[in-house]
Formats: sequence, C-alpha cells, structure tokens
Amino acid sequence: MIENSTPEISIQTADFSLADEVTLLEQDNAIDGAVVTFTGRVRNKNEGKNVTSLTLEHYPGMTEKSLAKIICTAKERWRLGRVKVIHRVGELFIGDQIVFVGVTSKHRQDAFAANEFIMDYLKVQAPFWKKESTEQGNNWLDAKVSDENKAAKW
Amino acid sequence: MIKVVFFAALREQLNCSELSLSGENLTTVADLKTELASKSDTWQQIFANSALLSAVNHNMVNSEQTIKAGDEIAFFPPVTGG
Repeated sequence: MIENSTPEISIQTADFSLADEVTLLEQDNAIDGAVVTFTGRVRNKNEGKNVTSLTLEHYPGMTEKSLAKIICTAKERWRLGRVKVIHRVGELFIGDQIVFVGVTSKHRQDAFAANEFIMDYLKVQAPFWKKESTEQGNNWLDAKVSDENKAAKW
Repeated sequence: MIKVVFFAALREQLNCSELSLSGENLTTVADLKTELASKSDTWQQIFANSALLSAVNHNMVNSEQTIKAGDEIAFFPPVTGG
C-alpha cells in the first residue's frame, strides 16, 4: 500500500493525533478565529451486524487527485484558511480513527460549511472502499443512496 | 498499449488487479468495456453492471470518454470511504 502525503492531504496506514492536527491548523495562524474538525471512526455495528474490523482499499494517485479537487472547490466556495484531510487505509478495528477533516476560517460559518462539504464529497467521489469483517463473514460495503443525495444538495 | 486496473469487489470478482491491452480499435471506455466483457461469462456479467464506475488517468469519466495509447483506465464499484 503506497503512503502519500501533501501538506493538505495524507493517505496513511498509521493513526493520527487529533491534538497534533489541531495544533498544525492553529499555530502561527492569528487570522482565523474558527477551527472545525471532523473525525470518523469505526463503529461496532453496521446494519444490525457486529463488526470486528474494516479493511480500507484505495486507488493510489487518483485518491490524492480527487481529494485535491474537492479541497479546491471548497476554497472557491468559502473563505478558508487552512485545510487538512487525512484518510487511513488498511485494516482498522472498532473505535479506530478512519478519517479527519480540519478547516480553519475567519468566522465559523465558512469553516462549518466547508468541513461538511469536504466530507460529503469525499464520501461519494474519493476512491476508497470498505470491506467489513463481521461475525457472519466478510463483505464489501454498498454505497448508500443517502450519501449521494447529501452530496447533491450542495 | 493501455493499462487497465480494477479495485475492491470488482478486483476480487475478476481475480485480476491489472492488465495491459493493445488498445487498437478501441475508441472509448464503452469499447473497452465491450472488449473486456467478451473474455468470459463472468466478465460479461460484471461489465453489464451499470453501477460500475470508470476513471481515465485518475479522473472519473463516463463511458463515452475517448481513450488512447498510454492511458490508465480504472474500473471500480461505487466508493464507500469516509
């Protein structure tokens, strides 16, 4: 699995520290009053089944390009300071962090909206796939229509 | 030559992650899908699935997208990250 990172995007197997990421968004940044972060984690249940782990696959190269496009669109729509997106790949267990989106802006409205926009588009455009291990066996997750609808609302 | 890559459930169903084709006589992604579908009944069934997504050189495209020598074309199921 190829690990790759730019200042704004990191695809990694390793865990990340929320505190460290917030520090990176805030340090030497006196102009932004708002910092909004989202962290996605592995849940213990999905569609009634007990989940034991998730394995995340991605398309190296396209993933970074796709996330860069989403961030670029967000920056065109809202007045943003710093943006950071981290997505983990490989095998993850209950409670593990999967994804981080952090956004700063002068005021909260832009940061709240842009953070949600980035997550909503990541869900439907970035080439990641989850395979779930449950007590009933392994299966690839199906995409949800509700995620498509949510992204389409922007 | 063109490079074709497959991901996730599709990669497992085809038991193939990557292949190379001459790409001669192929103008669009749709042509490529037809070519791949002719490999076997399994491939035919899989490439008949309209939910299948495709990308050319890391950009999501539809089946009418033209392709040329040197391109990397990817096929994969709807994405489920986040």
